[in-house]
Amino acid sequence: MTKRIIGLLAVAAGSLWLARGAAAQETVRLNGAGATFPQPIYQKWVLEYHTLHPNIEINYQGIGSGGGIRQFTDHTVDFGASDGPMTDAQIQAVNGDVLHFPTVLGSVVPTYNIPGVSAQLKFTGDVLAGIWLGQITKWNDSRITAINPGVSLPDQDIVVAHRSDGSGTTYIWTDYLSKVSPEWKQQVGMGTSVNWPVGLGGQGNPGVANIVKQTPGAIGYVELIYAIQNHIGYGLVRNSAGNYIEASLATTTNAAAGAVANLDPNTDFRISITNSDGAQAYPIASFTWLLLPKQMTDAAKARALLDFVWWALHGGQQYNEGLAYAKLPARVVQLEEQHLKSITVNGQPVLPANYRGR
Amino acid sequence: MTDIPATALEPQLAPKPTAEERWRALRTVSRGDLIYRSVLTVLAMLLPLLVLLIAVELVANAMPAVSKFGVGFLAHSTWDPVRGEFGALPLIFGTLYSSLVALVIAVPLALGCAIFLTEFSPRWLRTPVATLIELLAAVPSVIYGLWGIFVLIPLLRDHIWPVARHVLDKLPIFSGVFYGPSVLAAGVILAVMVLPYITAVAREVLLAVPPSQREAGLALGATRWETVTTVILPYGRAGIIGAVILGLGRALGETMAVTMVIGNRHEVSASLLQPGYTMAAAIANEFSEAVSDMHLAALFMVGAVLFLITILANTLARVLVWRVARGSAVGSTAI
Repeated sequence: MTKRIIGLLAVAAGSLWLARGAAAQETVRLNGAGATFPQPIYQKWVLEYHTLHPNIEINYQGIGSGGGIRQFTDHTVDFGASDGPMTDAQIQAVNGDVLHFPTVLGSVVPTYNIPGVSAQLKFTGDVLAGIWLGQITKWNDSRITAINPGVSLPDQDIVVAHRSDGSGTTYIWTDYLSKVSPEWKQQVGMGTSVNWPVGLGGQGNPGVANIVKQTPGAIGYVELIYAIQNHIGYGLVRNSAGNYIEASLATTTNAAAGAVANLDPNTDFRISITNSDGAQAYPIASFTWLLLPKQMTDAAKARALLDFVWWALHGGQQYNEGLAYAKLPARVVQLEEQHLKSITVNGQPVLPANYRGR
Repeated sequence: MTDIPATALEPQLAPKPTAEERWRALRTVSRGDLIYRSVLTVLAMLLPLLVLLIAVELVANAMPAVSKFGVGFLAHSTWDPVRGEFGALPLIFGTLYSSLVALVIAVPLALGCAIFLTEFSPRWLRTPVATLIELLAAVPSVIYGLWGIFVLIPLLRDHIWPVARHVLDKLPIFSGVFYGPSVLAAGVILAVMVLPYITAVAREVLLAVPPSQREAGLALGATRWETVTTVILPYGRAGIIGAVILGLGRALGETMAVTMVIGNRHEVSASLLQPGYTMAAAIANEFSEAVSDMHLAALFMVGAVLFLITILANTLARVLVWRVARGSAVGSTAI
């Protein structure tokens, strides 16, 4: 049996090697690693792009944002990916040789399980922060009932659920809570993992969703994508304009559009779009970023990588909604084009000034 | 998932060669033997080397946290990645507590099972039951985790606890509101997971008790049960301790199933109904998204502490086995 397996492996390895030899000589291989949140869309892009340009092979591994930043810093990958932008200290560690490129948008929604309540509840930043700080402990707390007239809420304990694994989802959620609640900002802060004042930790979106589903009185937060794909109901959240917004791909794109309307063209794109302006903007949303070096040394790789990223920002965006990712607003793509054209290989720009895609 | 460890059965030794025969064999070492021996020596040395490398790598990566937090790391219970403050007390406590619960549940079950299979079971029933128990070891831990989420936790919370609370809720270890994910749930899952290991080893140990011992007990007028408690168990105690420590080792390091049911909360609580956290679960959960260097170093330090605790548990086992093995040798090689 073992011999057979070894034999099979040998044959497989051999055929891979042959396939490699048979492929066109100018095959370019690119390696990227990082965030898990955009992994499905990145893999879709990689696949579609490979069909369009068979000589470009891109390998993306969703090892987590922290790992993505570390591997990018160590130059073990050609590009990194992260759900949270690099900090100033991390940028210093690569001598400033990094550009952030927003690729898609994600948002995070509050989901809950209150026996006997089927209405879609409304939340404000204050209420969410109060619940996650452990200050609002009952569902019939006056702060919740005041914004949900007409819904009869029971005298039930609130069980808070959060992510136990470090995640971009937590980053977006705590970024939002830090913006709307000074107390949260001071006591807890924002990050991929934080020191939760209360609650049960579930692993991944499924872990949190399960705690919520199975525990009467529970509330948690999950990615919008996960909620849509698994038909999980979620609450409305009041935005900075005072409107209660239901999260959707459109209201998520609105959030980015509101945040970047007056963006400085020289932005480094390390911007938070939570609680952004815009009457129809959903307030708990964020970019996810690709990390590219400003200066590269391998001309073939540099060109292939920038071709791909350009395509992802244009042609690739058509695949977003099929996978429940929100599209980038036109203004962001426009600014990103300029940033892509600023990348150099051995001192020369990689893309020509009049480049419009491969 | 590891295999069931080697049994305690003593191999059948060939008759010992005489001194002269051995001398002759030693003098005629062929080159093939020499090569074979060197290759085997290198291979055998690789394993201890691997352990050393793991230890060195863990400590080296943990150094930033070691120099910043020192011994206080073991005593503090704040785990705040945002501010870079780390203390592993809840993780250490949760690991030991959930493993203890697992052993309290699993050891009597496993021993009872082993005793039944070796002493009381009809012969035709032995193999099927033993095989089924060993099959438990082949179930992937994520399956145990799912079973915990979908079956065990609802069962404990909605059916068992509402009845049991009338008796138990005076006890401090059953205080507080029970939401489901808890040290208790983790302990029960771990008990099921370590059960096959303890049973398999204990069974082999009991099988290795010479029939003459049993017969002597029975001949002195002891009942079957008295024979078990006064002759067979004492005879095999070294091996049984080994079996228990093997189960403890499994429980200390289990990750996936535990993190799915324990609630993942950095908090020290004596109540079994409250959520907790374990070292292995924290590493698995936070490692990939640990963005700051200090967070990463703290996780490595947790890993080093877990490594140390595992070594301590094994050393303790060796000492225990060695102490009780004086006078009864059976099964002392079982760990």
